[in-house]
Amino acid sequence: MALTEQELRTLDYEPDAGGHFGDYGGRYVSETLMAALSELDQNYQKLKNDPDFQREFDADLASFVGRPSPLYHAERWSKAIGGAQIYFKREDLNHTGAHKVNNTIGQALLAKYSGKPRVIAETGAGQHGVASATVAARLGLECVVYMGADDVERQSPNVYRMKLLGAKVVPVESGSRTLKDALNEAMRDWVTNVDDTFYIIGTVAGPAPYPQLVRDFNAVVGREVKWQSKELFGQYPDALVACVGGGSNAIGLFYPFLKDTEVAIYGVEAAGRGLSTNEHAAPLCSGRPGVLHGAKTYLMDNSDGQIAHTHSVSAGLDYPGVGPEHAYLKDIGRANYVGATDDEALAAFHEVSQVEGIIPALETSHALAYTKKLAATMRPDQTVVCNMSGRGDKDIFTVAKMEGISLT
Amino acid sequence: MSSNRIQQRMDALKASNRKALIPYIVAGDPTPDVTVPAMHAMVTAGADIIELGMPFSDPFADGPVNQRGAERAIAGGMTLRGVLDAVSEFRQTDQETPIVLMGYLNPLIAMGEVAFCDACQDSGVDGLLIVDMPPEEEGSLVEAAKKRGLDLIYLAAPTTTDERLKTIGQATSGYLYYVSLKGITGSSKLDTTEVASRIEHMRQHVSVPICVGFGIRTAEDAAAISSTADGSIVGTVLVSQVEALINDPAKIPDALQSILKPMREAMDAKA
Ligand SMILES: Cc1ncc(COP(=O)(O)O)c(C=O)c1O
Repeated sequence: MALTEQELRTLDYEPDAGGHFGDYGGRYVSETLMAALSELDQNYQKLKNDPDFQREFDADLASFVGRPSPLYHAERWSKAIGGAQIYFKREDLNHTGAHKVNNTIGQALLAKYSGKPRVIAETGAGQHGVASATVAARLGLECVVYMGADDVERQSPNVYRMKLLGAKVVPVESGSRTLKDALNEAMRDWVTNVDDTFYIIGTVAGPAPYPQLVRDFNAVVGREVKWQSKELFGQYPDALVACVGGGSNAIGLFYPFLKDTEVAIYGVEAAGRGLSTNEHAAPLCSGRPGVLHGAKTYLMDNSDGQIAHTHSVSAGLDYPGVGPEHAYLKDIGRANYVGATDDEALAAFHEVSQVEGIIPALETSHALAYTKKLAATMRPDQTVVCNMSGRGDKDIFTVAKMEGISLT
Repeated sequence: MSSNRIQQRMDALKASNRKALIPYIVAGDPTPDVTVPAMHAMVTAGADIIELGMPFSDPFADGPVNQRGAERAIAGGMTLRGVLDAVSEFRQTDQETPIVLMGYLNPLIAMGEVAFCDACQDSGVDGLLIVDMPPEEEGSLVEAAKKRGLDLIYLAAPTTTDERLKTIGQATSGYLYYVSLKGITGSSKLDTTEVASRIEHMRQHVSVPICVGFGIRTAEDAAAISSTADGSIVGTVLVSQVEALINDPAKIPDALQSILKPMREAMDAKA
């Protein structure tokens, strides 16, 4: 339960040897996966501190992704809102257009160092699939991407991108034909082909050690914000905001600041048509603890424990679970989790496009919607950093369609 | 005592030099009313223990056949309470055949793990096999199950190291479920000689009976596996048969019998 500020400042925020963050996380998988997960864990714990591995990772982030990404002062928008100064951490400027590539580079390097010639991935919006296909192409690895059949239809430009990059895209027809089913299918592939295959998971969910290693690969975001904020305005931000699907862009920003309790932390979930309806994807705001995809965490299920069908305007947030570390941060009171509805996100999508000249991803637009609310309650000498997790090029078809505009 | 039903059955089989035939179906597939007649039919065909699947929306260790079975059952209105009710109904006329419930953890958490174990005891369940709960994640379920004399059956896989095998061998009761191949339920590549040598090896670490599942499709498979293992677990072929008859569910019990009978005969002929 909620810890004191003194406790929050001194916690080490690392999972235990079994990958538990407090009660959450762990390895709730069938025996067939246990050996693969412990092999991965051993490789990762070794490589994490290996200077050659880290050097190669950093070099790729610099020359292939284009890091560091800028911390940008959204001056016009801040002024229009009339509250805190808003800064965007520009992950949208990364190669492939989102934060996802930080993680896929890290995991593809792990695959390479572990001698696995084949990688698989699951994807919802297609961003993680594209990022995986991209690094697989660059490293010469075979790549198979599982994608819910409904998402294949909703996100056809990204499906084509993955194919251009040489990946095979497999539509998943089971269950709700979305991200969670793609994840099930990827796990099945991994169980069957575990000898030569590395599973590049797309967010901080799944069995240990995935939540930890995906976090570590994305933590470059928060580390950069630490020195960039000092450079730009002389101190750490007063608040951090990021959208939470599985939670990888959010934890990447939050993690380096966890012990700095003077920095307030807000994760924004997809409230869909409203948290009081059943049509949302906000397990931390209105779900309960359970077990899904190999980890104990907050999730959305019905009274019989069947996983719920979720809804969000953004495919990347349309997931009934959430990374276990977020569940832990919620319970100990280090981070706040709030919701933004489809309508609020769409309004922010348009507003930021027009006021700042940046078309944000629909996922990111949820974080922007809450940033606006939060900034309005703060003073102009205060600062908020919002993670601009991705750019909205992939979403223009969705938005146009909702507004009755045909682009083809 | 419910806890002894599995052991009694295993002891009796051993005494008569026979091996266990363990069929698996998804409770409520395709509708709730088929389940109990199907269970009785399987016993008539020679089943020694019944594994009854508790349907779950996201069964990631299962193949497409079993997942479709679970989807049909959920769509047909089956709930965890409904599974337990089916066991109670079965027990009205069969107090002998051990029943193992197999499934995933989340529905149990939703009911409450202690309440679930109470309900298992009340309805006459003998064992639990929770696919996504390895011994490392033992929690309140394990304690509650042990107190109520429910056997906890764990899985071992071809990739399981000797060190883990020791842990699993100590945790499991009733029997050990050896997953015969890398992959999900319904995979087709079964290598019976490799399985035989693994079983010999595992017996150094495991004292309970070892039953083998995943990939057993024919009477020959069942006989070959149980020439070294203590039992053959048969699932996907049965669920496929149910799937073939979803428009004619009254025929399901007979159809399951005609798959299991030849298996029973082939296994007994080998013994
Ligand atoms: C731009 C963008 N932001 C956020 C997300 C949500 O994922 P996560 O919560 O892991 O950052 C996605 C997922 O596809 C995305 O594409």
